[in-house]
Amino acid sequence: MVTDTPLCIDARDLSFAYAKGPPVLDIPELTIRSGERVFLYGPSGSGKTTLLGLIAGVLNPPPGTLSVLGHDIGALSSAARDSFRASHIGYVFQMFNLIPYLNVRDNIALPVRINSERKKRLTGRLDEEVASAASHLGIEQLLDEKVTRLSVGQQQRVAAARAILGSPELIIADEPTSSLDANRRHAFLDLLFANVADAGSTLLFVSHDLGLADQFDRSLSLPELNRAGE
Amino acid sequence: MLLLHLARKSLTNRLLTTSLTALSIAFSVALLVGVENVRTGMRESFSNTVSGTDLVVGSRGGTIQLMLYAVFGMGSPVANISHDTWKEWDEHPAVSWTIPYALGDSHRGFRVIGTNDSFYEHYKYRGGQPIAFAEGRAAQSVFDVVLGAQVAERLGYVLGDRISVTHGMSAVGFMNHDEMPFEVVGVLEKTFTPVDRAIYVTLEGVTAIHMGWESGGPPMPGDEISAADVLAMEEVPVSQITSFFLGAESRAYTLQLQRDISTSEDEPLTAVIPGVALSEMWRGIGYAEDGLLVISGFVVLVGLLGMLVSIYTSLDARRREMAILRALGAGPRRIVSLLVLEAGTLSIIGALLGVAFVYVGLAALQPWLEGQFGLQVPIQALDGMQLMYIGTVIALGFVAGLVPALKAYRTALHDGLSVRI
Repeated sequence: MVTDTPLCIDARDLSFAYAKGPPVLDIPELTIRSGERVFLYGPSGSGKTTLLGLIAGVLNPPPGTLSVLGHDIGALSSAARDSFRASHIGYVFQMFNLIPYLNVRDNIALPVRINSERKKRLTGRLDEEVASAASHLGIEQLLDEKVTRLSVGQQQRVAAARAILGSPELIIADEPTSSLDANRRHAFLDLLFANVADAGSTLLFVSHDLGLADQFDRSLSLPELNRAGE
Repeated sequence: MLLLHLARKSLTNRLLTTSLTALSIAFSVALLVGVENVRTGMRESFSNTVSGTDLVVGSRGGTIQLMLYAVFGMGSPVANISHDTWKEWDEHPAVSWTIPYALGDSHRGFRVIGTNDSFYEHYKYRGGQPIAFAEGRAAQSVFDVVLGAQVAERLGYVLGDRISVTHGMSAVGFMNHDEMPFEVVGVLEKTFTPVDRAIYVTLEGVTAIHMGWESGGPPMPGDEISAADVLAMEEVPVSQITSFFLGAESRAYTLQLQRDISTSEDEPLTAVIPGVALSEMWRGIGYAEDGLLVISGFVVLVGLLGMLVSIYTSLDARRREMAILRALGAGPRRIVSLLVLEAGTLSIIGALLGVAFVYVGLAALQPWLEGQFGLQVPIQALDGMQLMYIGTVIALGFVAGLVPALKAYRTALHDGLSVRI
């Protein structure tokens, strides 16, 4: 277990409520160290989406309560959060990960195109990096395909390739395996782990499937962390 | 660059809807620009009904009335001009030429105009086009008749036909001058002006029609003058005309001549500058075109509304796409820009396509418009007004994109990284 690396995510007394609503999230403490592979268990309604939205800087936490990679997310402007997310975080969704009108190559390259800082982290030329990320995930022969022609498993691998491109420090995977069958689930996880290890990224993997927990360095249960809604 | 790329891919991905939307905008723009073109063409055609003429002169009266009877062949003059007065002005040193018109008779509903060679030589229309003969020649002798193109077409006359001329304007005049055998010697080319709807004889011919009618009624039995009598005359006296067209030696004399003629002591006359009078008349009757313009403005609005609807309805389907773009680091402002850019691109494509439609349409329809309606719609670069219309359509397109974009912005903020559908 990694113990002496700097903190990647550091939440203290993090609470959040949507406008005029009751608090949906109230976390006294949550810390994840850089390089850790963390499994976050969260059934639906446990505030999982809200927590990920806060960490990714889509939602605005109170200042001083959430630090990601040393940045106080609550103190950043909305534009700064967008740029922070684009340059430091890779994101994999549960389903419907891809922009339907772009081909595989363009989908993988999208975050790098959105953010110039992410582009600076590339070690080679963009198309080479895209091809290399694709070959790591075994989809190099699909680069010019329309994403709507891919199977769900292939789509998830495209999403993973997109998330690891440019080696962001933090990769958030939001139920990426729930649409895969058991065999493909393990194959996908193995690929993801290998790539995360190569890039030296931190992995925050969210799922309601506790059966996957033992493959991670550490697992956390959101209902236990979250005091809101109790 | 990225936004352009995304907008292009997104638009081409929904090719059918986007091309239909662009087409509807294109048709709106084509209509708007086309109506403006036709408006200009109509105004030009109208103001050029007669050209090259510096003054139109008739007996004292209203300028519009003078234009109506002298140029458009509508209504009739209050009084005539004596032959001597006309001759005086004709020989005036500042006057280059005059075309006399003696009106008052008709043939089966078409006006008969007595004039002289000067008409065939100097009458110009539409930017200086001269009178030309489709066949035959000018009227020279007393009983020669030249037909306007429309008269020949309607009445089916050919060279050599003999016709009679009515005294007074009624088509079924009961006092037909049957005794006067006029012969068709020429047919004019189409001009798409009132020239086409008249029958031209010599001044002497008009005098001949009226011989024996000096008292105002038909000649008493025994006083009739036969065609042979007229032909036997050495010279047929012309005592009166109705109006005349005047070309000055130089444009610079026009105003002075107009003043001199209008204030002449010999005979009460009115002189009009035709270009001025025609644009004055157009202001009076051109308002119908404004109505057309308003209608095509509404068509543009409907086209833009169609675009608004098509973008708006696609939004729900694109919420997931918005969430993905946000997760990848695109700010809400980028998402608004993307949608506005899509709408703007559609309206630009639509506008360009519309302009292309106008030019292709004009190129194809120009000869037909001219042949059928005498409408010369010029194929020319867009003028400032049209560019302004097109600019407005494009700007409205961007604004129309803003409405769904702002909704997407709110949705994107609300949905965050997950989509609750």
